[in-house]
Amino acid sequence: MQYNWHWKVLLETEPGGTGTYLQYLIVGLGWTLATALVAWVLALAIGAVVGTLRTTSLKWAVRAGNLYVEIFRNVPLIVQMFLWFFVVPELLPQAIGDWIKQMPPPWGSYVPAVMCLAIFTSVRVAEQLRAGINSLPRGQRLAGIATGLTEAQAYRHVILPQAFRIVLPPLTSEFMNIIKNSSVALTIGLLELTGRARAMQEFSFRVFEAFATATVIYLLTNLIVVLAMRALEKKVRVPGLIAAQAGH
Amino acid sequence: MFAGYDFDVIERSLPYLFREGMVFTLTLTALAMAGGIFFGTLLAMMRLSSVRVVSALAGGYVNLMRSLPLVLVIFWFFFLVPYLYGAVRGEGRPIAIGAFYSALITFTMFEAAYYCEIMRAGIQSIARGQVWSAYALGLNYWQTMGFIVLPQAFRNMLPVLLTQTIILFQDTSLVYVISATDFLGAAAKIANRDYRLVEMYTFVAVVYFIVSYGLSALVKTFQDRIAIIR
Repeated sequence: MQYNWHWKVLLETEPGGTGTYLQYLIVGLGWTLATALVAWVLALAIGAVVGTLRTTSLKWAVRAGNLYVEIFRNVPLIVQMFLWFFVVPELLPQAIGDWIKQMPPPWGSYVPAVMCLAIFTSVRVAEQLRAGINSLPRGQRLAGIATGLTEAQAYRHVILPQAFRIVLPPLTSEFMNIIKNSSVALTIGLLELTGRARAMQEFSFRVFEAFATATVIYLLTNLIVVLAMRALEKKVRVPGLIAAQAGH
Repeated sequence: MFAGYDFDVIERSLPYLFREGMVFTLTLTALAMAGGIFFGTLLAMMRLSSVRVVSALAGGYVNLMRSLPLVLVIFWFFFLVPYLYGAVRGEGRPIAIGAFYSALITFTMFEAAYYCEIMRAGIQSIARGQVWSAYALGLNYWQTMGFIVLPQAFRNMLPVLLTQTIILFQDTSLVYVISATDFLGAAAKIANRDYRLVEMYTFVAVVYFIVSYGLSALVKTFQDRIAIIR
């Protein structure tokens, strides 16, 4: 293998003149996290509503929830990205569409990317939450109703507080997925970490230095997320369940 | 909303979209599935090995692949494989191998990590007595795996393996980033040439939806049929 490593390239100035290549990549990580975090908050909110509705006794809500989940689960992420970026502005009323298309960069890519990742991930959150709710003993809901709570109150005070604590560990891996999936936003022009590694490779011709640095940054990010989530999981563990004793 | 929607551009490009694009996508999916399951099974056996070094190596590889975005891995292999191929051929310089083979190697190696975790769960779901009985009958490791453990693990995990393959089918659309002409790539080329982005991308979404939804429905019926009665 003949490849002359030239790690000093990381300290050279990138063509945009905003700093070194290393700084350029770290700003990319900032965009990755900014995209993933905002999309994650939205995904949790939408996913919680859809996942809950799919377990209720409302038939229309269950059907609408199922339709939502099937649509956004069976179309590839990059295609959904293109739909949000190219197609949605065309289908909206012209004034709003034009306003979206004229958003200055990077917001013109950032907003569609966040919307896309939020909806894409909300489906997975909804599935996890539905599984969590269904894993509760039926007696919990029945006892809630028997003590005079309405269905909504039973959800609010009995079912959801338990379900959320049960689904937290599987949601951790969804959060890691949203960080990884945000790299697909480079196809609509968002310069997040992978996009910037690609750009660095094109400017400097240092292929493997660029991708190796991005790889290390992703691994470190993963490590931090895993440690943080593990601490959080310990905090919200439901006492008395098997998971509480097994430790994961 | 559909005023000015040009159905004609879709009709005109159908042969190109399916004969070039969809054939690329399906070939890539099928070959990467076969390769991914093969290497994934080997990785799972390595991860469960009692030799520390072997299980650590396999575990490291699987965790590395699962921590990185697929797009980044596609770029890595796209540039790395020509170097490796050049080195193997002893020419000392990178040799271009084309987008299809690059994508095939990428998806085989990437999906192997995911198939590995499925097969590992499958192997671990087999009762330990099965392995002991096999050893007691005088079978060696490879015979035990080949005749006793893996056939049962495959059968137990078949629905999950197929579900992962549907995910693989959707993920192959990411070869767009190395400008390969898969189904999405073919549609994107026409979309940009004729400036018909709305028509082409909605059509692509509908086709992906129909195929993925149909396949998941098939897996579901299949799952009920092959379920082992215990």
